Amino acid sequence: MAETTNTTPILELRKLCRYFGGLKAVNEVDLVLQPHALNGLIGPNGSGKTTIFNVITGIYEPTGGEVVFEGQSIGGLDPFIINQMGIARTFQNIRLFPNLTVLDNVRIAYHPHAGYSMSDAIMHNKHFDEKEKELTEKAQDFLRVFNLQDRQAEIARNLPYGEQRRLEIARGLASSPKLLLLDEPAAGMNPKEAITLMELIHFIRDKFDLTILLIEHQMRVVMGICEHITVMDFGQVIARGSAQDVQKDKHVIEAYLGPGAAELSKQYLKERKQ
Amino acid sequence: MKRLNKSSVLFLVGAVLVFSVIQVLISMKIINSFWSTILLQAGVMAIVALGLNLIYGFNGQFSLGQYGFYAIGAYTAADITYRWTQLHSASGLTVVLMIAILAGITIMLIRNVVTKIRGLDTLSAFALYLTAVVFSIFVAIKIGQLIANPVTALFNSLPEQTSQYIIYLLAVLLGGAIAAEVSFLFGLPVLTLGSDYFGIATLGFSIIVKVLLDNSDTMLGFAEMKGARGMIGIPKVTTWAFVFFFLLLTVVIIRNLLNSSYGRAIVSIREDETAATSMGIDVAFYKTITFVIGSFFAGLAGGLYAHINGFLHPNTFSFVKSFDPLIIVVFGGLGSVTGTVGAAFGWALVLEGVLRLVLPDGFETWRFVIYPALLLVMMLLKPNGLFGNYEIPFIRSIVPALKEKKADSETAKEAA
Amino acid sequence: MERKNQNPIVNWIVKSKILGILFFVIIGAFAVYKLGTALFDNPSLFLQQVVNGLQLGFVYALIALGYTMIYGIIQLINFAHGDIFMVGAFASFYSISRYNVHLWFQNLFPSVPVMLAQIIGTVTVILVSMVVCALLAYTIERIAYKPLRTAPRISALITAIGISFFLEYFGALNFVFSPNYITYQRPFAVKSWFVGPSGFGSIESGIAPPAHSIIFSNIFLIIVFASLLLLLVLQYIVKKTKIGKAMRAVAYDKPTARLMGINSDAIISVTFALGAALAGAAGVLYAIAFPQVFFSMGITPGMKAFVAAVVGGIGSIPGAFIGALIMGQAETLSAAYISTPMRDAIAFSLLIVVLLIRPKGIMGETSSEKV
Repeated sequence: MAETTNTTPILELRKLCRYFGGLKAVNEVDLVLQPHALNGLIGPNGSGKTTIFNVITGIYEPTGGEVVFEGQSIGGLDPFIINQMGIARTFQNIRLFPNLTVLDNVRIAYHPHAGYSMSDAIMHNKHFDEKEKELTEKAQDFLRVFNLQDRQAEIARNLPYGEQRRLEIARGLASSPKLLLLDEPAAGMNPKEAITLMELIHFIRDKFDLTILLIEHQMRVVMGICEHITVMDFGQVIARGSAQDVQKDKHVIEAYLGPGAAELSKQYLKERKQ
Repeated sequence: MKRLNKSSVLFLVGAVLVFSVIQVLISMKIINSFWSTILLQAGVMAIVALGLNLIYGFNGQFSLGQYGFYAIGAYTAADITYRWTQLHSASGLTVVLMIAILAGITIMLIRNVVTKIRGLDTLSAFALYLTAVVFSIFVAIKIGQLIANPVTALFNSLPEQTSQYIIYLLAVLLGGAIAAEVSFLFGLPVLTLGSDYFGIATLGFSIIVKVLLDNSDTMLGFAEMKGARGMIGIPKVTTWAFVFFFLLLTVVIIRNLLNSSYGRAIVSIREDETAATSMGIDVAFYKTITFVIGSFFAGLAGGLYAHINGFLHPNTFSFVKSFDPLIIVVFGGLGSVTGTVGAAFGWALVLEGVLRLVLPDGFETWRFVIYPALLLVMMLLKPNGLFGNYEIPFIRSIVPALKEKKADSETAKEAA
Repeated sequence: MERKNQNPIVNWIVKSKILGILFFVIIGAFAVYKLGTALFDNPSLFLQQVVNGLQLGFVYALIALGYTMIYGIIQLINFAHGDIFMVGAFASFYSISRYNVHLWFQNLFPSVPVMLAQIIGTVTVILVSMVVCALLAYTIERIAYKPLRTAPRISALITAIGISFFLEYFGALNFVFSPNYITYQRPFAVKSWFVGPSGFGSIESGIAPPAHSIIFSNIFLIIVFASLLLLLVLQYIVKKTKIGKAMRAVAYDKPTARLMGINSDAIISVTFALGAALAGAAGVLYAIAFPQVFFSMGITPGMKAFVAAVVGGIGSIPGAFIGALIMGQAETLSAAYISTPMRDAIAFSLLIVVLLIRPKGIMGETSSEKV
């Protein structure tokens, strides 16, 4: 992939560290995300991927290093401020608002842009009526994009798993982010659903003008849509590059399959060709 | 103002009906003073419980301190009207009014400063607020005392009934305001604790308030409050009209708040704080403002309560009694405004009213045995409360119908 | 770390957390000053308060342990625990005044020295109360708490409150404990000693003890001894027996404990019974120290013991012990040097201060949620 160095990266992690006592969950990680990229973050369980997401979104403070979003250092800011600056995310274990309706889950994301004050709300005045109507219609349009509009009155925890995942992505998008972080969006999906998801992710990146960074374990999804992949193990980056580069990388293979696996896999591939 | 749709109209009509019927029955003395007092207490309790439901049922913060704010509102309002009727001075009014105003301004000024500072820890912020507010209180007392005489003269020039009602209403509102300000200060450091610890801290708060009230004449210097002997001489001005009016106001305010983006933000915190904050909701702010609003209602109710029987006793606000609003809220159904109001009236009417009459003489204390037994049965059979999540249509949040839209060629049908 | 402010002075104020620290330093300095002057003005009075506080603290510790163990295992604040303490006190009242349980050994072996017989008698009374309370708690747990294991937590809490009310008001009925304040008869004769600059000796009736001496009685000795013994027994059970291990496992991770073959229901019942037994013993000791029993006697000590458990770190057994000792001292010292009515306010303010500085309590473990 051609690195265009004359565009400012939308996100940069510079020697980012996050320690929990003695555990170096994220250890001097460098990462650069260009605008509109669709990038992947992979690695064995416990390699620090979700922790990186948590640091970027402000749930943890960096222990060292910097997180730079659109040229601004955002380390240590509160998560809600970071969201309002333009970063949204989904969670590994889906975190919807379980007892609220599908519509309300999405409407909440619009809250920072609601357009009326608390006193307007208490008085239910005309300004409130107008803005609330606008907000609701925007939310409903959004649901249409994800084909969830017929479920708008359904309680979120009653939705089937796949729709819950879609709703979580829809909710994230409703906050009009510039950067969307997806944490294992295809978890628990069968191959057919995963393909549909891949198409959806492509679609939203194009339609909403987003940059997407995704953590995923299902390799067909990652290799299928990611333009650039970063591989982590034990809190450090062990490889970067395109899908092909990364698949062949010795360190990556050994991280997943154990030491000596790289040699073995080379042999295996040779034998298969024969 | 209100959306004048069918459910609103129905609600209004129903409210007017209920009010008028009961008012007529009271005026004609068909409802005797025993029962009318119970009705007043029920209404007041409903306001307290609604405040708690906002804080706990809707925002998810387990607070056991509601009665502390109820007490603060009661004694504040009582002191103001006491000074007017018994001591013929508006000094209570002026001093408290000045405190409420100046403390409020101070809080907003400090808030401005604090939000501009990145990374200030809660304790330091709390210390800052506290010192500033204490200072402003001193200034306010001085100013209040200065203007006491002219204001007294002003009210003296008005007809007696008018000035009494004005001062009463101001006292009630100020009871709520002071409770709100105290709740802000107390909530600052304490809302950051997890749910259980917040509950324990609020419990400690209400116990501390009660102890302070027990010593109000000795330690705090309010001789007229008479500490543990109870305060008497408060004008009995609260009527069904006032209680109903404030109850209606509370219900409408809460309903409007909940049926808006702010309400959704408040509820999202109960559902999942991490998700809420990741979606741009300032969790700390909404927890605080909900706590303040809920405590305001408690203080307001306290002000009304103080003027029902004309006397106050710290035992009304003891630790044991402080569970009453919690029980009412859970009994009626957390997250149901309708349930809370229903349970509050049921509680007062049954516990204080029916059981007292139904039980044979000498067995009245048995009602305190029946009450927890009923509670236990209820919890075992219907843990989600009598009403669960049910709301009357007026209060319920509506999911607006989808507008008919042409199929957008870009809707991801493939996402099906 | 990126939290920088424009103004360097402001930045320093923030980084050093100076405002918050100053706030507590001022409060702490005030407290230290008061205590220091008290100590220097009248050392024997101060130490006497410390002794009294110790006595109170041990009793609170026995109650606090029940709270902490139950919270640790099912995350329930058992509001009825203080009332179990009350039942223990009443059980001993009846066994002493009505059934003379404390005299059984004396009556059986009249030639045995009185002191030994009294000790055995007292121990028996305590054991009887412990058994009664354990059975009561077991019954309550089976009827009221177990069915709500899967219900929302608040339901269990409200149930606990309901049980507490029920025990109190049922006890207040005339044919049960009656609403009266009943004088309690101790199972042994009180003997006091003094120790001080003039030496050590026993206090005979009619003769005042020398000035500047600290007085303690066999009540103090019995309370401290009994509490320490029970605490050691509890530690042994929790640390060295299989059941104790099972208790710790269920408290740590119930689902996994069940997968390992532990009958979590039985273990929970055992925990309730154990905590209640300790509270029952505390009831007897408290009645011995303050010889008056009444239906609502469990409310305030229960609250204070609960606060002690939180201060020490709820869920932690050593924490409950430490918190209780601190609470006992805080209460006695503030009653002596500030004022008796304010001592409750001070005790609860202590709670809030501790929660602010160390939110999980002194020995509490921070459990973080995986995001």
